[in-house]
Amino acid sequence: MIRLSELPYGQSGVVVRIGGAGALRRRIIDMGLTPGTAVRMGRAAPLGDPVQIAVRGYELSIRKSEAREILVEERKER
Amino acid sequence: MKKKERTLKFALAGNPNCGKTTLFNRITGSSQSVGNWPGVTVERKAGTARAAGALISVVDLPGIYSLAPYSPEEKVAHDYLLSGEPDLILDVVDATNLERNLYLTTQLSELGIPMAVALNMADEVEKRGETIDCALLSRKLGVPVVSVSASRGTGVGLLLKAAVETAREKASPLPARFYSPALEQAIRGTEEAVRTPCTRWRAVGLLEGSEPLSGLAPQARRKIEALRKTIPVTEALDLDMIVADQRYRFLGALCRSAVRKTRVSSGGGYSEKIDRVLAGRFLGLPLFFLFMLGVFWVTFGAPGSFLGDWLNGRVLAFSRFLDGVLRSSGTQDWARSLAVDGILGGVGAVFVFLPQIVLLFAMLSFLEDSGYMARAVFMMDRLLRKIGLSGRAFVPLLMGFGCTVPAVMSTRILEREKDRRLTVLIVPFMSCSAKMPVYSLIISALFAGHRALTVFSVYALGIVLGVLSALLFKNTILQGEPAPFVMELPPYRVPTFQNLRLHVWQRLKDFLQKAGTVLLFATVAVWFLQYFTPSMGHASDPSQSILAAAGKRIAPVFTLCGFGEWRQAVSLVTGLVAKESVVSTMRVLYPAGVSGSLAEALKAAFTPDSAYAFLIFVLLYTPCVAALSAIRREMGSLKWTALTVGYQMGLAWFASAFFYQWATLLRHIF
Repeated sequence: MIRLSELPYGQSGVVVRIGGAGALRRRIIDMGLTPGTAVRMGRAAPLGDPVQIAVRGYELSIRKSEAREILVEERKER
Repeated sequence: MKKKERTLKFALAGNPNCGKTTLFNRITGSSQSVGNWPGVTVERKAGTARAAGALISVVDLPGIYSLAPYSPEEKVAHDYLLSGEPDLILDVVDATNLERNLYLTTQLSELGIPMAVALNMADEVEKRGETIDCALLSRKLGVPVVSVSASRGTGVGLLLKAAVETAREKASPLPARFYSPALEQAIRGTEEAVRTPCTRWRAVGLLEGSEPLSGLAPQARRKIEALRKTIPVTEALDLDMIVADQRYRFLGALCRSAVRKTRVSSGGGYSEKIDRVLAGRFLGLPLFFLFMLGVFWVTFGAPGSFLGDWLNGRVLAFSRFLDGVLRSSGTQDWARSLAVDGILGGVGAVFVFLPQIVLLFAMLSFLEDSGYMARAVFMMDRLLRKIGLSGRAFVPLLMGFGCTVPAVMSTRILEREKDRRLTVLIVPFMSCSAKMPVYSLIISALFAGHRALTVFSVYALGIVLGVLSALLFKNTILQGEPAPFVMELPPYRVPTFQNLRLHVWQRLKDFLQKAGTVLLFATVAVWFLQYFTPSMGHASDPSQSILAAAGKRIAPVFTLCGFGEWRQAVSLVTGLVAKESVVSTMRVLYPAGVSGSLAEALKAAFTPDSAYAFLIFVLLYTPCVAALSAIRREMGSLKWTALTVGYQMGLAWFASAFFYQWATLLRHIF
């Protein structure tokens, strides 16, 4: 189990747990990041932060500091 | 004969980027009453339409991802939906992003308000080689679902018919099975515990704790607390998470069965490919700066000024024609002067910037509708965080170059008050398009050889001082962490012409309204004050006029800045009404000499140093009254508004005096 922020670019994983608290956590959950959801790490912005992730068929951008709160299980690409 | 039916009120709700505004434009056409701004529906826009024999009024709400509001803009949508006003919720769902869009649908369907779902962009899904089973969605969600294409206009008639029927029957959504038996049991228990009629949405909120229990009777409170313990939770799936998790589980299963692949798709993932370039590591930023330069070049460079010059020629020709007609028909001198020098000279001087305004807003709208603006926000987040803002603040700041009023209003997309205040404080430093006529006039008179460089330096100075001001406020009165950044990157789309046209038309209408009312009034007032002497005789020389007498009292304030002459001071004061007034006032005040050119008169009135100091002052000083009232509204406090005004005035005076004094000193030395 690793932090989403540590997932290498282009790699996929499955959400295990969402940390953090309050409105930000609520927002992340509402955007569809719930346990068991598949995510793929896309790319970082040209300046290195935020990052772009693919979830539930759309693209979401979050900061690395927020990605650190999301725990994922790495999934090997077929 | 049938009894006259009352108007049905529809609330248009949905995620951002789901094509809601396109559908709104499609339904209401030209009957809209309030304009919007590209991408950010700031105001509650309303329009009317006729469908299935009913008169309907439609309110377009800001896009929301869930009923839990984060930003003030989302709160507008939330509050309106819960106000009991709408007869029906028209929920727009992006078919290409079904799962997440339907999440809001599951929440809306629990409000107990009649509802219909518009499954938008179904044609795009078909292009991907998939079909969506609308009947199945409708059955499982308990609401009518109609497939439409807002951009092409197909299916809208059927949608409205279904919606009108649902609203007439007052048919609330049928109960759907989103939850596990244990959770369902607990929700029912909560509904019973509250006793008073309670929507399912409220019961769920009370149970999961997003709605406080404090308003309830102690007995009900104890019962709900006991019910919470019956819900099987784990460490990862806690009480805050479980409702959302089960909604998404339900939707995952629903989408798997409702979306069918009919053929292997060809050419999907184009957004990903475009992103690799436009938001890519190496080309992303260079292309971003190139696009921004492109926007400015088209507006202020050759294309914009060509159109402006052309229009200017037309206005001048008409002015000469009118002058000739009035002279030969023996109209009184004062009436001719009012029409030609006052109204046509003043308003006409502003009118010639119409093409540039159209171009600028068309391009901003294009950037927004195409999806590129979200990428710009994505790329700018890191930089803006350094000045205490989040990437989202990029949108108001960029809009600031168009007009401060919508830019200030669009700060409602920011989640935190501190971010909103900071953004509002620095937006006016992004030189608005109304200041452009002033720059153009001064530059053509005094810096004709260095046109591009001078314009660039003024804009750059605004940005630099904006950044420095942000740093100042961030480290003093507006401390704190920047707001979190969770933002969707919508797929790239070709903007529809109708949306583009409506956006631009809205801005154009505002401008023409301003030209026809405020500016017209200001120019007539200025003309009047300069035509008459304090004893109400005709001032053969403007320096004998009422205006000159008043101007001479204010002018000394600007002596240190190098433009302490009464005409200059008066034009700056009228600039508070609208920045374009500076130009129209100058046109009225500076007597057109033998050559008849205002530039000649200005060349005599300014030195290059005082002219540049004047430009600095115009760049920085308090924006127009319209912007001030927007600032007052968004700041929500008189103290903050006063601070904003005081800061701008002070900085403008100090910066231009600083420049003028140093420039004078350096000229003496060298």
